[in-house]
Amino acid sequence: MPLLGATVNGLFGRTWPNKIVNSVAIGATGLSFLAALEAVREFFLLSPEQIPWVRQYFSWIEAGNFRAGFDLQVDQLTVVMLLVVTGVGWLIHIYSTGYMAHEGGYYRFFAYLNLFMFFMLILVMAANYVLLFVGWEGVGLASYLLIGFYFLRKSAADAGKKAFIVNRIGDFGFMLGMFLLFRTFGTLDFFKHAGAGGALGLFDKAAPLSAEAMGHLGTLTVACLLLFMGAAGKSAQIPLYVWLPDAMEGPTPVSALIHAATMVTAGVYVVARSHVLFMHAPTAMLVVAVVGCATALFAATIGLVQTDIKKVLAYSTVSQLGYMFLACGVGAFSAGIFHLMTHAFFKALLFLAAGSVIHAMGGEQDMLHMGGLSKKIKWTYVTMFTGTLAIAGIPPLSGFFSKDSILLSAYQSENGGPNVGHILYAAGLFTALLTSFYMFRLIFLTFFGKERYDEHHVHVHESPKSMLVPLAILAVLSIVGGWLAAPAFWGKPDYFAKFLEPVFAAPGASEAGTAEAVVHALETPLAIVAVITALAGLLAAYWLYVKQPSKPDKLAKFFGGAYQTLLHKYYVDEFYNAAVVRPLMWLSTNVFWKAVDVSIIDGAVNGIAEGITVVGDGTRRTQSGNTRSYAVWVVVGAIVIVAVIFWPHVRPVLGVVR
Amino acid sequence: MIPTNYYIVLSAILFGLGVLAFIFKRNIISIFMSIELMLNAVNLAFVAFSQAMHKLDGQVFVLFVIVVAAAEAAVGLAIIILTARNRQSLNVERVDLLKL
Repeated sequence: MPLLGATVNGLFGRTWPNKIVNSVAIGATGLSFLAALEAVREFFLLSPEQIPWVRQYFSWIEAGNFRAGFDLQVDQLTVVMLLVVTGVGWLIHIYSTGYMAHEGGYYRFFAYLNLFMFFMLILVMAANYVLLFVGWEGVGLASYLLIGFYFLRKSAADAGKKAFIVNRIGDFGFMLGMFLLFRTFGTLDFFKHAGAGGALGLFDKAAPLSAEAMGHLGTLTVACLLLFMGAAGKSAQIPLYVWLPDAMEGPTPVSALIHAATMVTAGVYVVARSHVLFMHAPTAMLVVAVVGCATALFAATIGLVQTDIKKVLAYSTVSQLGYMFLACGVGAFSAGIFHLMTHAFFKALLFLAAGSVIHAMGGEQDMLHMGGLSKKIKWTYVTMFTGTLAIAGIPPLSGFFSKDSILLSAYQSENGGPNVGHILYAAGLFTALLTSFYMFRLIFLTFFGKERYDEHHVHVHESPKSMLVPLAILAVLSIVGGWLAAPAFWGKPDYFAKFLEPVFAAPGASEAGTAEAVVHALETPLAIVAVITALAGLLAAYWLYVKQPSKPDKLAKFFGGAYQTLLHKYYVDEFYNAAVVRPLMWLSTNVFWKAVDVSIIDGAVNGIAEGITVVGDGTRRTQSGNTRSYAVWVVVGAIVIVAVIFWPHVRPVLGVVR
Repeated sequence: MIPTNYYIVLSAILFGLGVLAFIFKRNIISIFMSIELMLNAVNLAFVAFSQAMHKLDGQVFVLFVIVVAAAEAAVGLAIIILTARNRQSLNVERVDLLKL
């Protein structure tokens, strides 16, 4: 459906007024949301044996015993993703009609946005790795197009390229992982289904294996690590996270949709989707957890000092994605997906609210030039504050529940030794503190304190309704989204985890059985600790940015070196530039350009051209233009032909013997 | 009856003369006539073979050749007249416009 919207808008949108483009784009996504709802309703009518529900549309690639079909599947995990993607996507489409109203290339924007939705749906509904990869690349493409949307601005075009190239690195790993899996299991389908001739799917084959079957550094571990490399590229984890902050060059709704709510979570989705494999590769799991945790911490520290409102949110996204990987890494896949869902709500909310702020400020993104906006743009302020409370993990908002369940799982994790889990927990908790701090710093800098902008130049105005309504809906979702898991606190089953349990059956069995009692004993104290941390972050931010606005500068001076390092994002970009980009440039210039291109390829081409010139010079002389010379050539030709024809007959007569 | 060989030899001689004239003559009309000569040499060979083998095919071909020669004469003479008008000369050496 969104593909239809994309095609229609992309092809005809140029000449249409914005209104028609609007209705096509929003209609397409709205209908797909409704279709998703309908699919979910039908899904609930299915008996458990029919899940996962797979339908094959056509065979796409067939070669030998390899088959990749255009097969879609729906199971509980897909349902969650489907609703998040179409629901949030729809809201953001509506928002965009307000936000993009004054921008050029309106139809192009919506065409790309719809294209993105289409590929994202392919990604979450794919029933094999190949089709998943199609969606995977497709969203990468759409992301590239949308980051570089303001292609006249060099920084935007560069950011688009950077995102694309960094993603390529991850995709490389993803493809290698895919090939390795095919080599090991002979199929890339997730589950067995009719079309494959009843052959077992990948996960059916992998599930019965014991963890030791492959050894701790066996094929499966390698395959998982390669898949995770792809996931790290798409979901902006260390060391491939550098593209995400730059991706903020795109229009804000794009940042919200692609770089916060949906696309970047594709990596988490893939890890969760492949959980059967990951469960059999404890080493890979540990790597996932550690990388996730490190990214969460790392990005949170950078987020502390950024002044661009979108950059703060970008690093916060990287950090939250780290959380999700942490959850997956410690085996709490449903917690990871739960955080994915709540994060989609509140991060989309925050980005859209930030977009609303930027809109209100007439394009200003630097928080140091804002302040005191809470009275001027009340709706934006209220919704953004809700989102901040949610991300900081203040109960009873959604972020509290999802983050808490992740931290709990991390605390209990015994993978790689008893203490690893505790270290992960501590790091996660510290990250929560930082998260709370920088998010409230953002709020206080933006909405409180003195007005640090020029009143005469900036006309602060509230955004149109088309922007505020999605904000309000998302705010409500951010508040109630977590309540699905709330009953866990008083010993009742966690609805969300229950719902996903059929998908993640394996981890549930090992964990829930033994540690049930411990879980509930631990739950409350850990939750209290988490809340205290969040409040501490809030208070610290309040104290620094509202009570004593001069303190932060003094602190920055006091921790000069550290502050500068953070401000320059740990010099990672510079490091990559020196370590990867420069050598590549050198290689390209000196080897590929000067040696290969100039001397070999150009040489070959020019050589052929020169040879032809020589031949041409020769033949040119025969073209005297004189009719009689042509006549002579005709006669000569005739004689030659006659000679060739008759020579075999004449030779014996003449007595020529060889 | 005259043996067929004689006809063939005569035909070959006529054809050779035609070729030589075609190459060495400068006057367009002479060249034109040498072409006719070659055609008729071939005609002679056709007729000779036709008689020797008691088949009519050769004579049918001769009629075709005569028809084509007539058509060619019409076109060729038209070209010659135009050339003569344009360059006031019938010397083929001076017809060198084929080269750009």
